[in-house]
Amino acid sequence: MRFKDVFSIIGPSMVGPSSSHTAGAVRIGRTARQLFGRQPAEVEIVLYKSFSSTYRGHGTDCALAAGLLNYGTDDARIRNAVQLAEEAGLSIAFHDGGDVAAHPNSVLIKLRDERQEDVLKASSIGGGNIEITGINEFDVKATMEFPTLVVFHEDRPGVLGEVTGLLGDFQVNIGYMEVDRKSRRGEALSVIELDDRIEDGMLYELRQLSAIRRVAVIHLTTGGSI
Amino acid sequence: MKFASLTELIECCRGDALSIGELMLAEQAKESGCSESEVFARMAAYYGIMKEAVREGVERPVQSRSGLTGGDAARVHEYGARGESSLGAEACKAMSYALAVSEVNASMGRIIATPTAGSCGIIPGVFVSSQERWGWHDDQLIKGLFTAGAIGYVIANNSFISGAEGGCQAEVGSAIGMAAGALTEMRGGTPEQAVHAVGLALKNSLGLICDPVAGLVEIPCIVRNGFGAVTALAAADMALAGIRSVIPTDEVVQVMHEVGTKMPEQYRETAKGGLAQTPTGKRIMRELTL
Repeated sequence: MRFKDVFSIIGPSMVGPSSSHTAGAVRIGRTARQLFGRQPAEVEIVLYKSFSSTYRGHGTDCALAAGLLNYGTDDARIRNAVQLAEEAGLSIAFHDGGDVAAHPNSVLIKLRDERQEDVLKASSIGGGNIEITGINEFDVKATMEFPTLVVFHEDRPGVLGEVTGLLGDFQVNIGYMEVDRKSRRGEALSVIELDDRIEDGMLYELRQLSAIRRVAVIHLTTGGSI
Repeated sequence: MKFASLTELIECCRGDALSIGELMLAEQAKESGCSESEVFARMAAYYGIMKEAVREGVERPVQSRSGLTGGDAARVHEYGARGESSLGAEACKAMSYALAVSEVNASMGRIIATPTAGSCGIIPGVFVSSQERWGWHDDQLIKGLFTAGAIGYVIANNSFISGAEGGCQAEVGSAIGMAAGALTEMRGGTPEQAVHAVGLALKNSLGLICDPVAGLVEIPCIVRNGFGAVTALAAADMALAGIRSVIPTDEVVQVMHEVGTKMPEQYRETAKGGLAQTPTGKRIMRELTL
């Protein structure tokens, strides 16, 4: 099911004018920010199809910038977010990607600073709902409607068991997960949607596991929007 | 959720002796792991925001960010209050409220996407005007939002709710269906009647393209919300009077999917066709980008 519950239909609470081009764009920008884990120095955004043809009118640029500043969908600062990002030392460049993407409202976001670089691919599928379709070189899907763990790890036997076992120890239930890898016994990525909040203690222990390279927590359901 | 089609939704309601709204509330609580009262409180907050947007748009006429639109809700509201409306005062009020919320949206004000921002006026227009007319308690309207949400959930998962995917039929069309079904239930109709109202309404918007001038959610979106509220009232009346959707509503939803899938890209929110590419549409786009 692309749409999971009643509040993906009635909601979100948002600043207009477009749920797909404004609210969905805020949520995509915010996902990128939380994936990166901090405010990046530079962001490059490529917009495809309907996103590229109508983004100025819908304030999609402001919305993506707002998300990169970690604002919620109903934050009154969204309309000034491009300028606010600039003032915060975040440089954002927008490019037109044309019509090559599969989904009408697609975007690719590259984030970087001196230590790290990430790439997020996502689509806005309507009513403020989004679909993540890729993280860095990995093809993984996620909705970000639940607290989500993005775990970069080694591809070797038992790693998924260690990760899910640890979640189980903390009584955290997995609703959905996807795994992709670059190559056999190479680097892998797991995206894990959880029913419950992610506690710091659990995150600490997860990061201690030897096969884990990096963990990002993406949580769009709190802070900012109702 | 234990239903994937509207037929299954009716069966679940019958099995549990619940209204659509009550069933959706219980299902949402189960799905989210929250209590029914927590889920209800969140929807109540949403209804509060809808009422604020209605008030704002009618009492303090807002201009859109582009300057292209604004003030029409107040115009229609005054006209209706003078007793001049051909529709009658009540339907005219629903229309003005729907315009109001859409204008607030275009001004980058706060709204609730129902199911999208482009169609955010229709449900508040129908709900707030009906509450004033019949003196309903807020709880009844909040339950009605769960009814609307259940209907939208089925449409969204079997077809589309965004203009970029399925055209305006998917946005404004879905909102009209959701409002019509919810109003039918709030007025005492059965789940079957509510679902017939959805089918009757959806058939009336099949094929509607999404062709916003300059890509903005303004022309023709705002007036389509006004029309949409009136159509929802009409569909609920037809269903309550006993009209049935001969083509079952689930099949109508499939038709919306079929039409949306075949709809050329220039009519799916790209501003590359339709009203957006008329001489005037192009002129407006040019002037805005200068």
